Amino acid sequence: MSKLFPKSANRLPLQILLYLFVLGGIAMAGINYYATNKWANVGYAPVQPVPYSHKLHAGQLGIDCRYCHSNVEKSGFANLPTAQTCMNCHSQVKADSPLLAVVRQSYETGAAVPWVQIHMTPDYVYFNHSVHVTRGISCVDCHGRIDQMEIVAQDKSLTMGFCLECHRAPEEHLRDLRDPAQTVTRLDWIHPGGEKGQADQGVKLIQANKIAPPTSCSGCHR
Amino acid sequence: MRHVYFATFLIVVLAVSALGFRGDRFKHPPLELFPDMDHQAHLKPQAESAFFTDGRADRPLPPNVVAASLPLDAEDGLFRGKATDNSWLKTIPVAVDAKLLARGQDRYGIYCAPCHGALGDGNGITKQYGMSTTPSYLDERRLGLTAGEIFNVITNGSTQNKNMLPYADKLSPEDRWAVVAYVRALQRAQRGSPADVPAANRKELGL
Repeated sequence: MSKLFPKSANRLPLQILLYLFVLGGIAMAGINYYATNKWANVGYAPVQPVPYSHKLHAGQLGIDCRYCHSNVEKSGFANLPTAQTCMNCHSQVKADSPLLAVVRQSYETGAAVPWVQIHMTPDYVYFNHSVHVTRGISCVDCHGRIDQMEIVAQDKSLTMGFCLECHRAPEEHLRDLRDPAQTVTRLDWIHPGGEKGQADQGVKLIQANKIAPPTSCSGCHR
Repeated sequence: MRHVYFATFLIVVLAVSALGFRGDRFKHPPLELFPDMDHQAHLKPQAESAFFTDGRADRPLPPNVVAASLPLDAEDGLFRGKATDNSWLKTIPVAVDAKLLARGQDRYGIYCAPCHGALGDGNGITKQYGMSTTPSYLDERRLGLTAGEIFNVITNGSTQNKNMLPYADKLSPEDRWAVVAYVRALQRAQRGSPADVPAANRKELGL
């Protein structure tokens, strides 16, 4: 009788088992790396109707974020600018540029400029911009260095874990709004005293301004 | 068995090259494996809505409505910069103190300085990019403006031409008066002399 199974077949069950472990490991690593907003959302940079460069306007010209996003200190929603805001300058600067045709048309007719929203919280999350900005949380903490982005891309994951990291340790981010250098729209500011200096300042601000970011479910899922 | 591992390795390489790495730039809308209730059927600020013919979720005000927060005639001074006899206010109708000036400086830095410059001399950053007509606050005509006229320009835009558009949507009436106060401070500062500086502060300026 010929050999149906060679001798090496004796090792096969063990080898298959080992392979399944390796396969499981790869699957776990893949899920860990990919099944998260850190991969799925970070880097989202849609094509916008106007190729507006934040790097030029906010970075090079040094225009304050609030010049355009003017309600961010008063409203829960950080508004996109009206077409008139663009026309404040672009009625004279590059007034005939074909790239700005959409804006000029919007200014004349009142039609909306179809901007594509990038940073989105799920609809079951309550997020209020003004609450954060007026307590000294900088734009850069959630949006990254917008002033260096030619085309805006999502920079932070904006997951619940991301929110809670800061809500549990706000002293690592709080700025002292009495100091003009620390204005929330100065995206390049870091505490000169390093992490220690930032934490010390943050603890003082928490006490002085009674800052108590909610960490309970109903704080944001209301 | 080596072949199986090799094939697995190839599949992993293939998958990674297809899916990319964290932080890679991409243009298509983010992938949502489990949409949960991320997108609910309610209207959001400045968002789209198929329900209205103009496609907007935000509704414009119906004609002739007045928001409860808008001025009554009695408050023309505060909201329109005019006295009861319809002449421009000559003074600022709110208390001018250090707090108001600080607020004015802050708002001026955001909304005015890009064109009018930090000094009010009309040499803001936009002048290098083609905003050639921005005037200085320090010429004879603008030094002679009343507070109410400056307030009116901020509210409704420039009166002589359309080079400056209204800023009423960005600055509340209180903030506009704060900016007027700060513009006055700039005008005063630019025409000052060393004799105006209190003796105690002269060292700070190297005098």
